[in-house]
Amino acid sequence: MFPIVKKELLADKIYLMVVKAPRVAKSCLPGQFVIVKMDEEGERIPLTICDYDRTDGTVTIVFQTVGYSTERMKELNEGDSFRDFVGPLGCVSDICEEKNLEETKKKHIVFIAGGVGTAPVYPQVKWLKEHGVDCDVIMGARNKELLFYVEEMRAVATNLYVTTDDGTYGFHGMGTDQLQALVDEGKKYDHCVAIGPMIMMKFVCILTKKLEIPTIVSMNPIMVDGTGMCGACRLIVGGEVKFACVDGPEFDGHLVDFDLAMKRQQQYKTQEGRAMLKLEEGDTHHGGCGNCGGDK
Amino acid sequence: MDVMKRVPIKEQEPQVRAANFEEVCLGYSKEEAMEEASRCLNCKNAQCVKGCPVGIDIPGFIQQVKEGNIEKSYQVIAESSALPAVCGRVCPQESQCEGKCIRGIKGDPVAIGKLERFTADWAGENGVKPAPASQKNGRKVAVIGSGPAGLTCAGDLARLGYDVTIFEALHEAGGVLVYGIPEFRLPKERVVAQEVDNVKALGVKIETNVVIGKAVTIDELMEVEGFEAVFIGSGAGLPKFMGIPGEQANGVFSANEFLTRNNLMKSFKDYDTPISEGKKVVVVGGGNVAMDAARTALRLGAEVHIVYRRSEAELPARVEEVHHAKEEGIIFDLLQNPQEILVDENGWVKGIRIIKMELGEPDESGRRRPVEVPGSEYEIACDTVIMSLGTSPNPLISSTTSGLDTNRWQCIVAEEENGRTSKPGVFAGGDAVTGAATVILAMGAGKAAAKGIHEYLMNKNA
Repeated sequence: MFPIVKKELLADKIYLMVVKAPRVAKSCLPGQFVIVKMDEEGERIPLTICDYDRTDGTVTIVFQTVGYSTERMKELNEGDSFRDFVGPLGCVSDICEEKNLEETKKKHIVFIAGGVGTAPVYPQVKWLKEHGVDCDVIMGARNKELLFYVEEMRAVATNLYVTTDDGTYGFHGMGTDQLQALVDEGKKYDHCVAIGPMIMMKFVCILTKKLEIPTIVSMNPIMVDGTGMCGACRLIVGGEVKFACVDGPEFDGHLVDFDLAMKRQQQYKTQEGRAMLKLEEGDTHHGGCGNCGGDK
Repeated sequence: MDVMKRVPIKEQEPQVRAANFEEVCLGYSKEEAMEEASRCLNCKNAQCVKGCPVGIDIPGFIQQVKEGNIEKSYQVIAESSALPAVCGRVCPQESQCEGKCIRGIKGDPVAIGKLERFTADWAGENGVKPAPASQKNGRKVAVIGSGPAGLTCAGDLARLGYDVTIFEALHEAGGVLVYGIPEFRLPKERVVAQEVDNVKALGVKIETNVVIGKAVTIDELMEVEGFEAVFIGSGAGLPKFMGIPGEQANGVFSANEFLTRNNLMKSFKDYDTPISEGKKVVVVGGGNVAMDAARTALRLGAEVHIVYRRSEAELPARVEEVHHAKEEGIIFDLLQNPQEILVDENGWVKGIRIIKMELGEPDESGRRRPVEVPGSEYEIACDTVIMSLGTSPNPLISSTTSGLDTNRWQCIVAEEENGRTSKPGVFAGGDAVTGAATVILAMGAGKAAAKGIHEYLMNKNA
């Protein structure tokens, strides 16, 4: 069992949990992820590692409640435990590898974080700061209520630009608008890392391709085992089949087939909706709502 | 009683079982088992033992069953096998022990597998456990992977007094026994969990949720955590795809994904993990895994076709499984091969284009090579395709362990008789070495490696 030592509501529907998992904490690095399974009946959910403390043996995860399983997960409290917590999985982010440090230092780096994607950007920026590398961060959310980690990020980023889609805080617009504005002002970047919803990463890539900025994205397809044994998370990158769990999750964004990846992400949508309704309405829901597949 | 014929075994009726996940074969009663055991001729130079990869004293345990001494029978088996309830169910006995039985020359061979299963189930129901080593030697050995190879190796080493820890990447121990082979062939709680408990009863520790090569490497286990030897039984879990157009569509699964969702994550029980049931399912391939995937899809309510490029005679699946699948209503489309998966505008599978095949000259494996029949293409409408084309070893462990040689199929190179690899103190066996094979061969390899490790550590001590 893996005890939760801290739980915090970071923003609307966005939760942080610090989990005791000594083996993961000992070896994980930015870019990697874990898979959590809350109890016997729970499903395996991949979550990016957002922070870690090797001395305390803890790993921090951040998740947004978007469906049945995350709604169930948010009911866990400090003192409760995850039945299973496995990792670190996936490859370490290239720019957070000591062996690449000299190369990384030469780069002008910009991170673009969208929504809950702010959480996995944070450890990378923090790692770079600790290793003496400067980088700019653009972080955005739909509105002010969904923003989190603003001060934490400000402490590690060289320049921080905050955006909201509705203008309730910071720059009014999307991360892509902010990047375009910075480039128009004369900023030069030669490395971009974008982490967020697939649709946001897709649009960042369309822009950075035009701006000729090489871009790394962290893909978040459906996963089951997370160790390369099933191929649920397969993507097409540069015309080849890749398993995000072992070959990624980070890839060259200009080579990723986003349209295919987004279609594959929808694969269980109806079933997720049905499970969600079961949770919200319990036995009172008997189909026919139009969202549940209508198994009345 | 006709001694030429084996005592028949009870099974669920095909129409009934096609709609549930309960075990198909119901097993012998004690009376039936004793009657079947009396058919054994108790040969002096028993051929059946030579056919068993772990060398169980078959006439020995069967004589005990004949006398009604089931606990003694269990102890005889336990000397050689850590997983009798599993092996009695999933071994291809027709090509192993039973294939060599003298009774089989003129009539039915003795039902060795079913008797082994009876003994193991009886022991489980009556709380009989294998006996742990009387003395511990305090020396630590790590076993990577808790599948059949790892469990066998760990069990044998524990009986020799070693302090054994198994590291398992998934959240349950058992490997293919929990994620691959379905409930209706191998019940998880009653059989697999119990066999794992028996291995623990020997003193073996099992740490789940540890991915070796990520959380910790083999070098670290040996240099930092004090393990004197390591056995790698990590299997061959990397699925193959065909590389045909449409394979990334929604509704196309590897058999590993489909079976893992259903068996390990228990989708069929209304647990949280969803599964795409499908109304019309095409399973591509002809091995045991293909049969398991097809029969699972059928139980989830689909019409199921097996598409296989050779003929029935070449089907690699066990005869009993093919027979069961047919009885349940699986449709076999033999000598046919997929060319393309057809996809609708939303990215979902809507059909599969197939070409007919005919058998040509034998290939290097000795099987007749299937050749396409020009102009014979046709389409099957379907909403789900399950690819069951085999698996290969995951390179994660070999790529993170210094000095460990692999071959061009990414299989770890190890000596067959003792499991030794190119790295001192590191042993390997099962599918990680051979590529995808059978449960019992993996157990045989685990057993050989346990002996190899014992010899290595004895010499190291001297």
